Amino acid sequence: MALDTLGGEDWLVHLAPVLVLLATAMALFLADAIDPDTSNHPAVAGITLLGVLGALGAAVARLLGVGPDIGASLFAGQLVADHAAVLFTVIVTSVTALVVVGSYDYLEDVAHKGAFYSLTLLAATGMVLMAHANSLATVFVALELASLPSYALVAFLKHDRGSVEAGLKYFLIGALSSAIFVYGVSLVYAATGSLLLPEVAAAITEGVDQTGVLGLGVLTMVAGFGFKVASVPFHFWAPEAYEGAPASISGFVSSASKAAGFAIAFRVFTTGFPLEAMQDAGIDWVMVFGVLAVLTMLLGNLAAAVQDNVKRMLAYSSIAHAGYVLIALAALDVGGTYNELVLAGGMLHLFVYGFMNTGAFLFVALAEHWDVGRTFEDYAGLGREAPVACGAVTVMVFSLAGLPVGGGFWSKFMLFAGAVGNGVWWFAAIGGLASAVSLFYYWRLVRALWIDEPTDGGHDIDSTPVALYGAIVVAALVTVVLLGAIGPASEVAHDAAAGLLG
Amino acid sequence: MIIEALLAVAILGGFAVLLVPDRYAGKLAFGASLGPLAGSLWMLWEFDGDGNLLFDAGARAFESDLSGTTILPVGPYDVQWIAALDGISLPLVVLSTVLTTLAIVSAWTPIDERQSQFYGLVLFMEAALIGVFAALDFFVWFVFWEGVLVPMVLLIGIWGGPRRKYAAIKFFVYTNVASLVMFVGFVLLLVGLGDAVTSFSLPEVTQAIHDDQLTSLYGLSPEELATVAFFAMFAGFAVKVPIVPVHTWLPDAHVEAPTPVSVLLAGVLLKMGTYALLRFNFTMLPEVAAANAELIAAIAVISIIYGAMLALAQRDLKRIVAYSSVSSMGYVILGLVAYTVYGVGGATFQMLSHGLISGLLFMTVGVIYNATHTRMVGDMSGLADRMPIATWVFVAGAFAYMGLPLMSGFAAELFVFLGAFGAEGLQYSPIFTAAGMFGIVIVAGYLLAAMQRSIFGPFYLETDYEIGRAPFHDVAPLFVLLGLIVVLGVAPEVVFDMVEGATEPIVENANGGGV
Repeated sequence: MALDTLGGEDWLVHLAPVLVLLATAMALFLADAIDPDTSNHPAVAGITLLGVLGALGAAVARLLGVGPDIGASLFAGQLVADHAAVLFTVIVTSVTALVVVGSYDYLEDVAHKGAFYSLTLLAATGMVLMAHANSLATVFVALELASLPSYALVAFLKHDRGSVEAGLKYFLIGALSSAIFVYGVSLVYAATGSLLLPEVAAAITEGVDQTGVLGLGVLTMVAGFGFKVASVPFHFWAPEAYEGAPASISGFVSSASKAAGFAIAFRVFTTGFPLEAMQDAGIDWVMVFGVLAVLTMLLGNLAAAVQDNVKRMLAYSSIAHAGYVLIALAALDVGGTYNELVLAGGMLHLFVYGFMNTGAFLFVALAEHWDVGRTFEDYAGLGREAPVACGAVTVMVFSLAGLPVGGGFWSKFMLFAGAVGNGVWWFAAIGGLASAVSLFYYWRLVRALWIDEPTDGGHDIDSTPVALYGAIVVAALVTVVLLGAIGPASEVAHDAAAGLLG
Repeated sequence: MIIEALLAVAILGGFAVLLVPDRYAGKLAFGASLGPLAGSLWMLWEFDGDGNLLFDAGARAFESDLSGTTILPVGPYDVQWIAALDGISLPLVVLSTVLTTLAIVSAWTPIDERQSQFYGLVLFMEAALIGVFAALDFFVWFVFWEGVLVPMVLLIGIWGGPRRKYAAIKFFVYTNVASLVMFVGFVLLLVGLGDAVTSFSLPEVTQAIHDDQLTSLYGLSPEELATVAFFAMFAGFAVKVPIVPVHTWLPDAHVEAPTPVSVLLAGVLLKMGTYALLRFNFTMLPEVAAANAELIAAIAVISIIYGAMLALAQRDLKRIVAYSSVSSMGYVILGLVAYTVYGVGGATFQMLSHGLISGLLFMTVGVIYNATHTRMVGDMSGLADRMPIATWVFVAGAFAYMGLPLMSGFAAELFVFLGAFGAEGLQYSPIFTAAGMFGIVIVAGYLLAAMQRSIFGPFYLETDYEIGRAPFHDVAPLFVLLGLIVVLGVAPEVVFDMVEGATEPIVENANGGGV
């Protein structure tokens, strides 16, 4: 293949994070073949972490200006390495790093550790590729590469009925949603004659004869995305999957996988289906996302408020957050001055969310490690025995609620401000209301940890899983630091949004 | 850099205290709080500014090079770091640092579990308080505003009394809903200003509003928009102050909170509400305030009288002091709405004076409780016999509250009444003032009654505790506060000149140039 088809001689640099992740996953396969029992767990975990941090470092280095300018079309336009791709690479790899570190103690007594790490890395590779995919074909392939290992990871505790059930459910629904999605892709292809997003956009701008076919295709693709990002009414698999999966994997799937889903949703809809041309054709996808956003915010938060199980509460809260991010698409407007802001807000929210949500799920992993129990009552009084971890999770859930103790405040604020600026203030109003509801159930966790008395004489905390602790504390620290230092991250998000909006 | 340094010392101190074992936490927190205290006193000494932050860029004292740094661009707007002080905010910063240090010392006796967390949260709250008074960008200010709330709710919820869960959630819900309402009000103003502002800086917003840049919005004329925003913000801040009828969280929070937390709650947190009212409502939207002056004055007088009557009906010393705060904050509102130099200046002075006096009374009640394990007026009698120092200080504090000349309460109330009596913009101002002055009679009534029953007379104690000597570190803060109260009473001009310099522009602006 000629170099210029690859995207010039810099293609290795542009794809460095993807390649590092892929190479590490392959290396782990090799290691697993030589040592199937993973007799040296620290080494395997270390290699994994090194690979993930390498990919993260490569992506951050690109943002800091190392190498050629960001923004390249690779493999004849199948992949694109722009700011959005790099930003989502950072999101996915930082979540993966937290999950890898946090899983170390969790995996102590579990067989097939090598497989766990390589599956995680393969899923991460798929998610990073999703961020780079610029044609409906690569979008689909990357999506499957991310999904298949995720199914296995959710069912990883194969002697635990809940985990297996969650994996099966996740797999069946996931397969169905992939089928729906690929059906939508085929309809769009039928209407526009191309799979490359820019060509799809060009065809739509010129005018499409079969608008009905195109409309149906877009609608089914929205449904496919809805499944992937767990938006109401396509969310019903998520609580079971998140609750049954190992807690660190719940964090991985609900943060990284969601972010990657949004990465393709943002790119496909803003660059592939240009708003103005689509509205001329009578296909108003903004309105569809608006309905999804409102439903998801309201139902996600209300359902979270009635849970007694902490992990399930976090699962529903994760659904609710998909609703906030959907505002980024729902508040777009032809020629709207605040388009860039609201889209950047969505990306930034996914970035901050990656830390605070993963951290919160890792806290649940810690509680599972200690056999604390599942409900709020079981968590009562934990703050006395594990103040550091409880302090960290307090900061993270308050930040999830949007209180200004963490970066979550700014990203929510950008989303709401963008919605108000574009004249669709009701999204901000509903989002504010939903955040107020969310304060109720996050407060329940904080109250249980710090204020309530333990029900049966306290917990039996006999170990300090250092790696898990470290991951939780790092996640909390990043969340807090982002309150003051949100500027650089928002700059990147603005660049990314501007790139997508053209 | 001094403001940033104060914030950094308080925050880093808070982290350091969280990490040390419980037995060193109290001492270390005291040491850490000396940094902001010394810094703020130095600023008070060095301060030679004049004018109001929101009107005059020249009035920004202690502004550092960091000021103006963009934190986050939001569309055409910028969220900026702007921190500076003037004659209104500097005394309040000093009040915060003084009361934080004293509250930490007074916590050494009553707080005996999870100490490092307690003191860590107190220091975080101190940082947020300094930030509230110093920040001049709306969103940064809002971050600090909410940042005070989170530690407070945990302080009440974890270290509070038997009904602490109820008190904490009530405080949390009330103040959060209030913040939301206030936030919406301010955002309405921002949207109404449209392109006239490019940042969320309070001076810029103030300037734009005064230049009549408000536009019609959602079918509301600029005047109606200003009125809606005014009352949304008023309602939000009224909860914090608190004003009758949104005061009901306050007695619960106060009674359940441990003494040092009550000191900070009454001493500084309530002032956040009045400070914000002064900065936002009464400085930015004077026309609306003037148009509704009678209504606001009526609310103030109702708060004064009703709060005092509620205090009269209580049997718990802490509840008495708590309700009397509702009454005292009414004077602040009355002074603000008068729009005279003495009215607005007196209101600001009353914030300081009440912070010191109510802090003193809460601390004294705490000392009495530590010894007797009761706060009920009927459970004790003749305490002066066994606890002469604490009861003597309580009597002195009570007289300060009643407005004994040569104590700060007298100067504050005198300024407010002088200012309100002759207020030209306020119809029936003599009647409002007279009604407000009647509040003092009730104050004297309940304080004298409480003292007569619990402090004087033959000694009797229902709980039968052996009353020993209070440790030095319990008593020392009382005398520091008493000393400050007397200094401000004897020489109010020490602070009042500074306050006047910053409040005069507000009055001038509201009265169209004249004073």
